[in-house]
Amino acid sequence: MEKTKLSMYRSYRKLLHNYLGSNREEALHCARQWSKKMIDQDMSPEEMVSLHVAVFKELVAELPMETIDSFDLLLEVMNGYGRAHREHLNLRDRQRQLDAELEIAARMQKSLLQENKLNVKGVDFGVISVPAGIMSGDYYHYDIDDHGHIGVAVADVIGKGIPAAMCMSMIKYAMDMLPAQRLRPGTILQNLNRVVARNIDDDMFITMTYGSYNPECHHFCFASAGHEPGFIYSANTDMFHDMETKGIVLGVSPNVAYQEYTISLRHKGDFIVLLSDGVTETRINGQFLERNHIIQLIRKYIHLPAQTIVEQVHSEMEKIQGFQRNDDFTLMILRRNV
Amino acid sequence: MNLSVNVQEEQGTAVVYLAGEVDVYTAPALKETLLPLTEQSSTTVIVNLSDVTYIDSTGLGIFIGALKSSGKAGSKLKITGANVRVKRLFTITGLNEVLDIEEDQREEV
Repeated sequence: MEKTKLSMYRSYRKLLHNYLGSNREEALHCARQWSKKMIDQDMSPEEMVSLHVAVFKELVAELPMETIDSFDLLLEVMNGYGRAHREHLNLRDRQRQLDAELEIAARMQKSLLQENKLNVKGVDFGVISVPAGIMSGDYYHYDIDDHGHIGVAVADVIGKGIPAAMCMSMIKYAMDMLPAQRLRPGTILQNLNRVVARNIDDDMFITMTYGSYNPECHHFCFASAGHEPGFIYSANTDMFHDMETKGIVLGVSPNVAYQEYTISLRHKGDFIVLLSDGVTETRINGQFLERNHIIQLIRKYIHLPAQTIVEQVHSEMEKIQGFQRNDDFTLMILRRNV
Repeated sequence: MNLSVNVQEEQGTAVVYLAGEVDVYTAPALKETLLPLTEQSSTTVIVNLSDVTYIDSTGLGIFIGALKSSGKAGSKLKITGANVRVKRLFTITGLNEVLDIEEDQREEV
């Protein structure tokens, strides 16, 4: 320790000596290097001033009393800066710790969302979900039941960030707890609503669309709990229609029934689009993106596989927003391709 | 964007005039004012949204919280003056079925 102090003293003496001599430019450059090194070594501002005073006294033999006294005053002032500096270091350490915890939580959350491919003959499927920050309040789900029907869902928790992410995991676990036999979309929402209503803050809620697609008869049966309406695309007419539904958001009251709707993907190329309101709540220069705009973007890539469409739409939305997402973004497409 | 919250109370009725945007940033201020009003039994709380341009989902949550609180306390909650965009939000979320939302008197474009 003493050795380090001594070498520090010597280095600084050389630096100051150079500066007071003729090598000002070079000394200034060295001073900048010096401060970087000292910050790395956690040297406080008042310690730096003390070192300067000690070296200065040695280099300039007969300093006026006023100069020496003025350094005492400077030291006193620097004490305040020192306290602020130490507080800053503490905060920096805590921030690093929080970041690390958040990273782990985000990784855990990511593992809650499926990444395996959905391979069903006659179905082209794609999904993308991107959080606004590190953690997401959006949730999506897809699976195949014993009858070969595909269950799909997109849910959106109010708000974003950590509180939303915690609620999102509640939905995931509640979905996992549902009985193994196939349930109707309305029944699934009814069950989830009961769980959410019991476990959520008074001013929080979750929106969700759940649907089940039968690849044999091409019927899509769905129900919605106050969720942003999806679209149905008809290849025959080349038109998009809103999936208009009734149904209150999850979590408002425990006993709610959800109406079910059935549509048919009559032709090859017909598809369903499910999305979160992060897609339609996008604001560009203060103006909201209209639902029509999303349709235009999907149209642009309609000839490509579903997974490519959702990825391209997301990438275009990022571009128009200047890569600044305001909300979590989830987009899912299920297309009949036989 | 800010939100201004003004309350006029008289004889068992509290009218809450809102102007601006109800979003994740302004929602806490609205909650602070609105919730205590709905906690008074036999009060009718009317939230006037005529000058509200936008409500996000956090803002909507405050109205749900207020609805639950009025249910518990025995007060009434009414919403008036919602513009087309705000009304769409109440409709999509199904909240128009449980909230007392009065039609806007103004012509809508």
